[in-house]
Amino acid sequence: MSFDYEKYIRPGKLPHIWCPGCGHGIVMKGLIRAMDALGMKKNNTAIVSGIGCASRLPGYIDCCTLHTTHGRAVAFATGIKMAKPEMQVLCVGGDGDGVAIGGNHFIHACRRNINITYLIMNNNIYGMTGGQFSPTTPTGAKASTTPYGNPDPPFDIAKLAIGAGATFVARGTAYHANQIEKLLVEAIRHKGFSVVEILDSCPTTYGRRNRFRSVVEMMNNLKEIAVSVQAAEHMSPEQMQGKVLTGVLYRDNRPEYVEEYQKVIEAAQDFAG
Amino acid sequence: MSKIAFLQGNEACAYGALYAGCRFFAGYPITPSTEVAEVMAKELPKVGGKFIQMEDEIGAMAAIIGASLTGVKSLTATSGPGFSLKQENLGYACITEVPCVIINVMRGGPSTGMPTGPSQSDVMQAKWGTHGDHPAICIVPASVQELFTETVRAFNLSEKYRMPVTVMPDEIVGHMRERIEIPEPGVIPLTDRTPPSVEPEEYKPYDTRFGDVPPLAAFGSEYRFHVTGLNKAEDGFPTTRAELVQQEEERQMRKIEDHIDDIVSYEEYMLDDADVAVVAFGSTARSARFAVREAREAGIKAGLFRIITYWPFPEKQIAGIAGRVKAIITPEMNLGMTFHEVMRCAAGKSTVSGIFRVDGEPINPGQILDKIKEALR
Repeated sequence: MSFDYEKYIRPGKLPHIWCPGCGHGIVMKGLIRAMDALGMKKNNTAIVSGIGCASRLPGYIDCCTLHTTHGRAVAFATGIKMAKPEMQVLCVGGDGDGVAIGGNHFIHACRRNINITYLIMNNNIYGMTGGQFSPTTPTGAKASTTPYGNPDPPFDIAKLAIGAGATFVARGTAYHANQIEKLLVEAIRHKGFSVVEILDSCPTTYGRRNRFRSVVEMMNNLKEIAVSVQAAEHMSPEQMQGKVLTGVLYRDNRPEYVEEYQKVIEAAQDFAG
Repeated sequence: MSKIAFLQGNEACAYGALYAGCRFFAGYPITPSTEVAEVMAKELPKVGGKFIQMEDEIGAMAAIIGASLTGVKSLTATSGPGFSLKQENLGYACITEVPCVIINVMRGGPSTGMPTGPSQSDVMQAKWGTHGDHPAICIVPASVQELFTETVRAFNLSEKYRMPVTVMPDEIVGHMRERIEIPEPGVIPLTDRTPPSVEPEEYKPYDTRFGDVPPLAAFGSEYRFHVTGLNKAEDGFPTTRAELVQQEEERQMRKIEDHIDDIVSYEEYMLDDADVAVVAFGSTARSARFAVREAREAGIKAGLFRIITYWPFPEKQIAGIAGRVKAIITPEMNLGMTFHEVMRCAAGKSTVSGIFRVDGEPINPGQILDKIKEALR
C-alpha cells in the first residue's frame, strides 16, 4: 500500500510556493513520514515557523500551525511549549531566519534544552527576497549582495547548536530523502531541544549565481559532499576536505526545561504551604 | 473581605494580572518595570502558572503570544527601549488578533534616555509604534489601586476584543507605594475570550458570521487552525485578494470604533462650571488635582479631566469640554503629545496651552496653578 500523504496535508493548499528544483518539498515529505511513523496527533502538534520560503511549510500541514515574524519562531514555540507542555512542538525554517535574525532565540533555546524539535532547511541563501547572502553562504560565493564574492565566513549550524547546548543534533541533505525521515523521528523522540539541519538547494537564487548548471548538478553536489558519521571514521582529514558530516552528530542527556520548571512550581507550592 | 495591602505600583500591577487570571509571563529585565517580572516569578508558580525570563524583549513578546494561543492569559512588562523592541510582535498580535497584555512603565527617552526618571512620552508609540493600520487600546493609571484594577480591566478588554492591550503607568506611578484594597476573587468580573461554537471542521479563526470579534479556539484543543502575520482571509490563510484584505483591516478597526464608550474611561473633577480645564493623566493628574483645588480656593473656576483610557482617545468628551470652557491646559511629561490630540479635539473652540517637562522631574501643582492663572488672564 502506498503512503497516504494526504492524511497530514491540508486540503486545497497545494501546490506549494516553492520553485522547481527546490529541496523544501523533499524535506516536507520527510517530515510528514516522520510524523506518521511516530503516530503524531494532528490536534496535539504545533508547527511554528518564521519568515522565508521554508517558513511557508506549516501552512500546508494540517496541524496547529503558526507562521510568525522573521527569526522568532523558536520564541513563539517556547511560549506554546511552556503553556501547554503536552503538545508536541516543532519549528521549521531556513538558515537566514534561524541563525541570522533568529540567532539569539536559537542559541537560548539550545541552552534551555526545551523539548522542541527545530528543522532547519539550509540552502545557504535568502531565497524569498531574491538571493542575498546568509550566515551560511560559503566564503567567496556569489549572491545578489556579494556580487564580487562573499567576504563573510559562514556558520556551521550543527556546531553552533552543539556549542549552545542542544542535546540532539543531526544533519542530512535533501538528496538523502529517506534519511530525513529517520533523523526527524529520532529528533522528535528525543527529550530536549533537538536540531535537524537539512542541507538544501536553491537553484533559483543560489545555483544560477554559483556555476551550478542544473538542479541535478546541485543535487549531485549534496550527494558528493555528504559523508556519514560512520564512513568518516575511516577517512583522513585530507579526505574530509570539502565534505560535510551527516547523520546524528551529537546526543546528550540533560534536564529538560519544562520538566525543570515543574520542579520550580513544586518548590513554590511547598514554600507557599 | 477585601485584603488591605501597602504595595508598590508595579507590584500591584502584577497582582492585578494574577487576579485577572494571567497564568503566563515572559519578560526581560528593564528599569523601571522589573518589579512586575519579579513578583510574577515569585507568585505564578504558586498558582501553577509559568514564568520565563527570555533572551530578549522580542522573544518575550513572542512567547506571550504563543502561550495565549494555547488559551492561557499572558502578560509581559517592559519600559521604553524594550517597548520599542516589542513593536514588531505587538503588530503580530494585532493582525493575528491574539489577546495579551503589555505593561510599559514609562521612562525618559528616546533610546536609553533616563532609565530611572519618569516620563509620559510613549503614548504615541502605543498607538503608532508598530507599522501598519491597527486598533489600539492603551490605559494610563494614576495610582497603585488603579494600576491593580486597570490591569484587570486590560485583560478583560484584551479577551473581549481579541487584541493586545497596553497598560502604561509613568515611572512615578509604577514605583510609588500606596495603600490598596485587593478585592476577593470574583468581585471584579472577569472576561474570557469567546470559544468557538461550531464543529471543528467548520471552524475559521476569523469567522465574521460571529461579528467583528470572531471566536478564538486554543491550540491543543479539538480545533486545528493556521495563524499567520500575512494579511489573511476568514479561514486564517494568507490572501492578497484586495477586497478581502480591505474588509479584514476595516473589521479590526471597527472592534474599537464601534465600542468607544465601552472602552473609554476617564474621571472628571470640578468640571461642571469650570472656566479652565486641565487635561492630564498618570502622576501628572495628581498634581493637576491639587492645583485645581488650590485654584478653587483662590476663587478660580478650574476643573480636571483625567484621562484613564488614552487610546482610543476620549475625543467626544474633550470636544464637549472645549465647547464649555475658555481654556484647556495640558500638563504632561513629554513635549506635547496630549497637547496635539487635545488641540485636534478642541478644534478651535477653546484655547489650549501646555506644560511640557522632559527633564526627569515631575510637574508640580504650583506650575499648573500658575498656568491656570495665566490662561484666564
